[in-house]
Amino acid sequence: MKSKLIATVATLLLAAATSAFSAERIKFEMWHGLTGDLGGAVEEVCKRFNDSQADYEITCTSQGSYDNALQNAIAAYRAKKNPTIVQVFDAGTLDLLLSEAYVPARKLMADNGYKINWEDYIPAISNYYANSKGELNSFPFNSSTAMFYWNKDAFAKIGKTSAPKTWDETFDALKALKSAGYECPMAWNYDTWPIMEQSSAINNLPIATKANGYQGLDAEFAVNKTKFVDIVKNLKKAYDDGLVKIKTPDTGATIVQAFANADCQVMLSSIADHGTVGKTQKPDMQWEVAMLPTLTGVERHNSLVGGASLWALQGKTDGEYKGAAAFFNFIAQPDSTLFWSTRTGYIPVTKSGFEFMKAQGFYDKAPYKGRELAIASLNASPITENTRGIRLGGFVQIRKEMRDALTDIFANKVSVDDGINAAVERSNAVLRKFEKTYAGKMLP
Amino acid sequence: MEKRATFSKTSVGVMFVLPQILLVFTFFYWPTGAALYWAFTLERPWGGGNEWVGLDNFRQVFADRAYWGSISRSIIFAGATSFLSMGFGLLLAVACDRGLKFYQAFRTVFVWPYAVVAPAAALAFRFIFAPEAGIFSALVKSNHEFWNPAQNGYHAMTMIIICYSWKYAAYCFIFFLAALQSIPRSVIEASALDGAGVLRRVRDIQLPLITPTFFFLLVISITDSFQDSFGIVDVMTDGGPAKATEFMVYKIYFDGFRGLDYSGAAAQSIVLMFLMMVLTFFQFRFIERRIHYS
Repeated sequence: MKSKLIATVATLLLAAATSAFSAERIKFEMWHGLTGDLGGAVEEVCKRFNDSQADYEITCTSQGSYDNALQNAIAAYRAKKNPTIVQVFDAGTLDLLLSEAYVPARKLMADNGYKINWEDYIPAISNYYANSKGELNSFPFNSSTAMFYWNKDAFAKIGKTSAPKTWDETFDALKALKSAGYECPMAWNYDTWPIMEQSSAINNLPIATKANGYQGLDAEFAVNKTKFVDIVKNLKKAYDDGLVKIKTPDTGATIVQAFANADCQVMLSSIADHGTVGKTQKPDMQWEVAMLPTLTGVERHNSLVGGASLWALQGKTDGEYKGAAAFFNFIAQPDSTLFWSTRTGYIPVTKSGFEFMKAQGFYDKAPYKGRELAIASLNASPITENTRGIRLGGFVQIRKEMRDALTDIFANKVSVDDGINAAVERSNAVLRKFEKTYAGKMLP
Repeated sequence: MEKRATFSKTSVGVMFVLPQILLVFTFFYWPTGAALYWAFTLERPWGGGNEWVGLDNFRQVFADRAYWGSISRSIIFAGATSFLSMGFGLLLAVACDRGLKFYQAFRTVFVWPYAVVAPAAALAFRFIFAPEAGIFSALVKSNHEFWNPAQNGYHAMTMIIICYSWKYAAYCFIFFLAALQSIPRSVIEASALDGAGVLRRVRDIQLPLITPTFFFLLVISITDSFQDSFGIVDVMTDGGPAKATEFMVYKIYFDGFRGLDYSGAAAQSIVLMFLMMVLTFFQFRFIERRIHYS
């Protein structure tokens, strides 16, 4: 009698315990750096993941900016309170790569029994985030590249129906636009990303020795020895002739705003702005994107991927890693890709995702038409040493040095050559310090 | 016989002091200690090793022309903003103290700018001074060379000094007004009876009597201007154009938090700390001598 009672109680308890256990989803966190509309899109992705299965629950928290997401993740990691996943922007990749703070993407997926077709990733994207053996360390998430935005209405006035393919054609078009009475043919904001990083890749020019840093931390910054100098000289001349206008928040409008309200007719900006321009444009304005112009007589090479990738950080439980792997698997599915690229201006990162979107007719419809050119730009050629990506330490500081130099050059405080040479010299000091900080470390 | 309540045991005293010591330790000595350690090593942001490099970080910082630039800009900024904010604060306080028309309303209104957080104020001023969109755009429509803080470093500096002084004039105003109102009315009335005009009374009676407040504000303004400029610079110029508004604090933030050069930033914070200590020491040593606390 007594033993029967005990058995019943035990069974009941066990039943209660299992049901409680199955109801309990494994929770894990992701920190990201997107805000506003894009931040909302990330949260929708997380909600879609939570609704799609019952085992895991992801909480996605915006940290306010890419910089903050990285800084906060570092602080949290040092205090052993880090999230399972963190979004890190392109220039933050190298510091993380050289640390022991992450779980490589390939290992994470293999450990948790997911078979990912790594060859499916678009080479220009996967190479940026991969180790020397070509294995991905993080998951490309929001990816972009730089594009040439042009106002079709304005170009129609000067008798042009297609975008210029080279810088020479671009400057001719800008001159014609100026003569046709346009105050601001092209908007520019001193951003180095399109004219230094992207243009160097497209024209197959190195920005640093040692395959842009991929072959070692002793790479030297070398843009002062390439045709990048000519690009800046021509841009400066165009600025002096009134063909290029500076648009920054301090002058009153960003380049995207100036382009969207038809004040400026051309800008170089990320494909991620495609959505913003579409939503904020002057009614009935006709505009398109094209691939960045090349130098005359140079064969076009692939452009570089921008944006950010998702990293799994160390120090979490097996359950949390299972959840993270499930999440990475979820966002790699074609319909997740379609959702993400429709909701934002970011591009699909896999070939199958791109094919799926093409099959759905995504790129035929008006607001999204043209975004396929970003993929074309990334796929323009096989990867070379100069177009694989950039592995330079302290790259945020290097970008700033170059930006400061460009500001001085455009304000006529220094000549183009002197300005760029000085910025390169200062950048190399940054690189040498970085090399010393990671003395004895090899690039994985 | 005089009666006194004293603590017989030191332990009781220690217990009273302990919370304060804990606070100071947690929020000052500990971080300062960590910064000091980092300043002598090369720290990897994600951890996993740091190497002792002695004075290398300091050598590098002092060998950098841009760093000396940030020091001189910080000093110019401190001087200009202290002068402007204290000057305007004093002027407004004297006017309010005189009881001019509507002074009750102004007394409240003049305090408000201090309640506005720096980034919000900066956003407003950025709009006002934007050469193509703001209020200033009407003035510079014909001639862009006349005002363009996005390209001209002097303009950007002026813009930031004005924004900061606008905010801190309010702070100075509060203290100057309180000091002026604590001057016995009889003194001022007596001088008025002796035939002293308004300006004479300000110069010979009021100003000498508020020198302790003046000194206090000078020390605070200079110290604050070194540290508090960050919110305004970050929103208005990002230290630009071409480092023209890159102050010491902004450079520390940029190198450390954005550039992930923790050691360089730590070395710079130590330099800043010493500079602040030296400046404050000199102020106490040479200016306070001439102050009379009544």
